[in-house]
Amino acid sequence: MYHYDDFDHQLTAERVAQFRDQVRRRLSGELKEDDFRVLRLQNGIYMQVHGYMMRIAIPYGLASSAQVHKLAHIARTYDRGYGHLSTRQNIQFNWLRLEDTPEILAELATVEMHANQTSGSCIRSITSDELAGVARDELTDPRPFAEILRQWSTFHPEFAFLPRKFKVSVSGASEDRAATEINDVGVQVLKNAQGDLGFRILVGGGLGRTPIIGQELVAFLPWQHLLTYLEAIVRVYNEFGRRDNLYKARIKILVQAIGINEFRRQVEAEWQLHKDGPSTLTAAEVVRVTAAFSTPAYEILPQLDASFEAAQRDDKAFANWVRRNVTAHKVDGYAAVWLSLKHPSQAPGDISADQLDVVAALADHYSFGELRFSHLQNLVLADVKQSELYALWQEAKAAGLATPNIGLLTDIVCCPGADFCTLANARSISLAKAINERFEDYDYLHDIGDIDLNISGCVNACGHHHVAHIGILGVDKSGEEWYQVTIGGNKGTPAAIGKIIGRSFSFAQIPEVISRLLQVYVRERDEGERFIDTLRRIGHEPFKTFVYAEQVAEEAKLLLPDYEALQVGVPYELPYFSPRF
Amino acid sequence: MEIIKEKRVVNDTWQVLRLHEGDAADSIAVPQGNYLVPLPVWNCQWEALCGRKELGLWLGGLERAEDIPDDVNRFPVIAIDIHKYTDGRGYTLAYRLRKQYGYRGELRAMGDVLLDQLSYLKRVGFDSFALRADQNLQRALSGFDTFSVKYQASADVAAPLFNRVARGVA
Repeated sequence: MYHYDDFDHQLTAERVAQFRDQVRRRLSGELKEDDFRVLRLQNGIYMQVHGYMMRIAIPYGLASSAQVHKLAHIARTYDRGYGHLSTRQNIQFNWLRLEDTPEILAELATVEMHANQTSGSCIRSITSDELAGVARDELTDPRPFAEILRQWSTFHPEFAFLPRKFKVSVSGASEDRAATEINDVGVQVLKNAQGDLGFRILVGGGLGRTPIIGQELVAFLPWQHLLTYLEAIVRVYNEFGRRDNLYKARIKILVQAIGINEFRRQVEAEWQLHKDGPSTLTAAEVVRVTAAFSTPAYEILPQLDASFEAAQRDDKAFANWVRRNVTAHKVDGYAAVWLSLKHPSQAPGDISADQLDVVAALADHYSFGELRFSHLQNLVLADVKQSELYALWQEAKAAGLATPNIGLLTDIVCCPGADFCTLANARSISLAKAINERFEDYDYLHDIGDIDLNISGCVNACGHHHVAHIGILGVDKSGEEWYQVTIGGNKGTPAAIGKIIGRSFSFAQIPEVISRLLQVYVRERDEGERFIDTLRRIGHEPFKTFVYAEQVAEEAKLLLPDYEALQVGVPYELPYFSPRF
Repeated sequence: MEIIKEKRVVNDTWQVLRLHEGDAADSIAVPQGNYLVPLPVWNCQWEALCGRKELGLWLGGLERAEDIPDDVNRFPVIAIDIHKYTDGRGYTLAYRLRKQYGYRGELRAMGDVLLDQLSYLKRVGFDSFALRADQNLQRALSGFDTFSVKYQASADVAAPLFNRVARGVA
């Protein structure tokens, strides 16, 4: 992975010093909240339900074991012993005190980490493919370009106060695991017919209030122009993006308003001013950064390991886990492994300090000391020998990290929701819990097979519900939480936006609604057909008709007033430092 | 009023002409002396004003460099009014004036200018700063050198870090 040189270290240290001074001035009252808000957001710090939250960047999802041990230490020392993986490959701590945040940033800096631009109206931390470098369908490793973009966007002086947040994702495989179609800018690394390296650039994708799939801005941009071209895009957006309405300020609204052709014309005109100028990427820099992502020292192994085959035959539970949580590797004898953070007893994407230490140790032992954070809120050990999968599985299982549910109904993508987030209209984590309890039978889940279920607690769509096969959105109706259900979205290649099936439901009705959707699928599916394929074949109508045919009963236990507190398993008493009170 | 110029606190020698309610760009009187004139006034009264070498110009958030009818270097000062510090258009406008239009005179940030923005403002080409009234100017002076490392090119450095220095092994 990329290691900081002296310049990176120096800049990170200067950022910590800057924020330390800003927090000091905030605590002394010299800085008022209105002026401080933007400063803390650009350091990933929010004011949430229980206190200050910090969103720490895991650039393009890649972390070392030393970094993950540091996260465990932060969870124990400054938080309540756990963190939450976000849907943009970051990790969040929810229970912090503002006065501790400079020290947390200083601790992060010791392991080459930061929280730069994980929030705010700026270029956010860059995301990528969790299987980068190991996927069989990869054309080019996207991580060097993600790192080059991380540096370009870090403290870019011109783009710190954009109309709204600006998200960039980089993918280099034929299957898009990096959501490039729903980012403000999606960068797809590829080679043209002549074998030259370049990028297909998408623009104007995004979810939120107005979900839109990104459009192609340029089919093939030679690699040298990555920075000058992106700079032209962001400059045009900075000048012409709407600033009068928060909900219409993303670049997608600008692109829709003037059309992709006019937007392209403006970007190209701007680009001509800087094309081939000093910001043109050099081969030397690409080589320097690419060297950081060189292939680890793989052993030469047979394509299939005999002991691995035998273990699957002998141990059904292991075989189930392999079926869902292990995927093929580009190198013979190796596999990539998902460690599920979707254990039924745990909030989706949450991980305890002890588990962080465990996964860091697993990475050291089994996977060259590296881990990946997926935007679907799981962890990946990308380079595990097949012969060691059985031992790894046993250790992961002991730590509650081997739930065999990757890609299944209970692998729910879920925002923090009203339990944690001040923006949310409705609870997400509690609903995920209720769904987990309703569908706890593994045989049933395996029979249903691949399905994406996502929950967002508000229209900001951090749970990416629009691109789920079944998406659930929390909405506010006169102060009460309700849930809207969409079906038919898709996160992969190609991405698709789901459609709302009809009027919304109460919290306690949702598990039954999901059950009905699945009943239609089981009734209508052809042999081996996935939920999304059945839906595409027969259309939305049969699902809609069946869900609304009869009154949906509310699940009794979900109506108990203490359901939320009973199930989520974290103490919700308000800490003395909560900024809300 | 005091401003920061060339990293020093100095007395401002300029006055800002503003259009108040009832004023019209084509009829407001431009007093003698060092005035920063709003672009609409400059454009409406161009024939009368273009000979007055002492006048400066100020631009609002919606105005663009190409709206200026003259060579920008005829103005000793161009000010950009940042009406809210979260509105970043002024940063691109400043960058364009320096890099695209080759402006060499004093480029001033005024309005909702906070000391925590100075390092970025300086990088995009501003060299004088009329900060919001409540800002501590002495403290602001230390804000210019927050970052000694600059990854990307802007108005202050022509090339990105990788084209300026020998980077270490990653």
